[in-house]
Amino acid sequence: MPNAQIAIYAPVFIMLAVATLVAVLFFVGASTLGKKNPTPEKMLPFECGSESSGGRHVKLSVKFYLTAILFVVFDIEAVFIYPWAIQFRSLGWFGLIEMFGFLAVVIVALVYVWKKGALEWES
Amino acid sequence: MGTLLLTTFIKVAIMAGFLINVAALLTWFDRRGGGMIQDRVGPNRALIKIGKFELRVAGLLHTAADGLKFFFKEDFIPPKADKLLFALAPMMALAPVIALSAVIPFGDTFCLGPDVVHKGCAMVTDGERLKMVGETCVNMAGQVVAGVTPTNIWPPVNRLGVCGIDVRNGIFPMDLMVAPLNVGILYVFAIAGQGIVGAAIAGWASDNKFSLMGALRAASQMVSYEVAMGLSLIGAMMIYGTVRLDDMVRWQGDHAWGIFVQPLAFFLFFACAIAESKRIPFDLPEAESELVSGYFTEYSGMKFGMFYFAEYMEVVTSSMLLVTIFLGGWQLPFFHRDGITVAFGDATLFHMWVPHIWMTILGVVTFFAKTLVLCILQAFIRWSLPRFRYDQLMKLGWRVILPASLANVFATGILYLAADQAGATIQGGLKLAADLSQALVALVITVLVVRAGIGFFSSKKRVPWIVGTSAKLAAAAGGSKTGEMGA
Repeated sequence: MPNAQIAIYAPVFIMLAVATLVAVLFFVGASTLGKKNPTPEKMLPFECGSESSGGRHVKLSVKFYLTAILFVVFDIEAVFIYPWAIQFRSLGWFGLIEMFGFLAVVIVALVYVWKKGALEWES
Repeated sequence: MGTLLLTTFIKVAIMAGFLINVAALLTWFDRRGGGMIQDRVGPNRALIKIGKFELRVAGLLHTAADGLKFFFKEDFIPPKADKLLFALAPMMALAPVIALSAVIPFGDTFCLGPDVVHKGCAMVTDGERLKMVGETCVNMAGQVVAGVTPTNIWPPVNRLGVCGIDVRNGIFPMDLMVAPLNVGILYVFAIAGQGIVGAAIAGWASDNKFSLMGALRAASQMVSYEVAMGLSLIGAMMIYGTVRLDDMVRWQGDHAWGIFVQPLAFFLFFACAIAESKRIPFDLPEAESELVSGYFTEYSGMKFGMFYFAEYMEVVTSSMLLVTIFLGGWQLPFFHRDGITVAFGDATLFHMWVPHIWMTILGVVTFFAKTLVLCILQAFIRWSLPRFRYDQLMKLGWRVILPASLANVFATGILYLAADQAGATIQGGLKLAADLSQALVALVITVLVVRAGIGFFSSKKRVPWIVGTSAKLAAAAGGSKTGEMGA
């Protein structure tokens, strides 16, 4: 790798290393410094003082899954727009109309999802 | 290589040091300011007692006391928890927030070199370059100019561009950002996205239904707002024509601040940034009235502290991003690389040459000061707004902010191209409008600084500027706050 590339990318890894180091130091301090005194009551899943009804076995709304799918669709759309946004000035009106065509398809998808009730959280 | 390592470590120390210290300060300000807003005292009990001397510093010691206490509290791990993921989650929440700040520029490119300072004749106001002959300065015609003597000169820098590498004179530019990545804002999105993983894993590994619900809420809220956040910045990228954050700041210095060219995007991005940091009014993942404390219910001691601390650091990083993209980063109106220039359109009213190093230092101070102001603003927002309901939150993200971001892209595209092809009159008008916006910013900053200065120096006879609602109510009913409650 040429020197210029190292000068740009090495600091990123230094920063990531420093960030990881800070997190690990916090973690090691947290796990070693405190005293440990587990009691049977403490071991139960927290339940605001009432009898615990067990751990993580709860049914969850399917809406969360739907949100994840919608996120993938619209985030990829955003990824497609970024390169265009940078070149927007040199592409001019032609590029703008092309991108409007792409966005129109995306907006149709949004309207469809909206009308189908995937963005309803009330029920 | 040695210089690179050294400068990198200094820059990492500045950035990470600022982040960690301001986050710690913000935990104090959030509670002390909350006390002020709610007309109560706020934290004031922590003190250092040496004999009769008591040090309280307005509750500031609470931050240190809390940090120490967190470390010495019991580190509790639920017996049915996924041990590995339970341990990893707080680190995965904390580390990305620090790493995020690597691409944020905190100052203008600084021209550094072993012998950059040399004797010479500084350029005079009318723009004529003088030559140094012996100990005098001569003009182009060869006449000695009286009253001007050679002074120390920092390397020549353009008002707009970056200083070039001048190996012969040992000059090289130093970017005042940890990593001058060309992907800029995309790195921010990539790293910021990792915060979701920390929250989601924490809830999953805890073996508690409240944690799991909190984690799912956090994940779906953060991914929803990440889409809107990414789209809200596209308009800004179109206008700046770059994803590099330092180039964005330079564009704002040459034209107008981002808040003037992308006013809608500023508010959309601000809302998304608060939602991403999971703070009130978007703190549904840890809604204590519903979910105990959400995805970190089962965490204790400093492991809880890491989530808590990561949240405050997100406030600082989001403030830095807002400053960089919309509020001119290190720029101040009329302060350029080569000094102070007041110009409207083509008319230059005032020009003063200031050494490059002073302008750079001023830029760094400006950037951090602006960040602090936005952090304080976020603390005020946290204490002013009630929490959303979950369906309102998702509606706001998908049905308001997302379509508004798309509309912003359309509007920006059409308006920009129309202005680009408009006649000279309109372009001149736009240029003047940009300069006027800089003047407006200068005015606002001056007024705020003077107001803050007056408030600071007249603190002896200060009246509380937030009157409690109870006092207002009592006054409206014809009583006083101190009076007894009528039967």
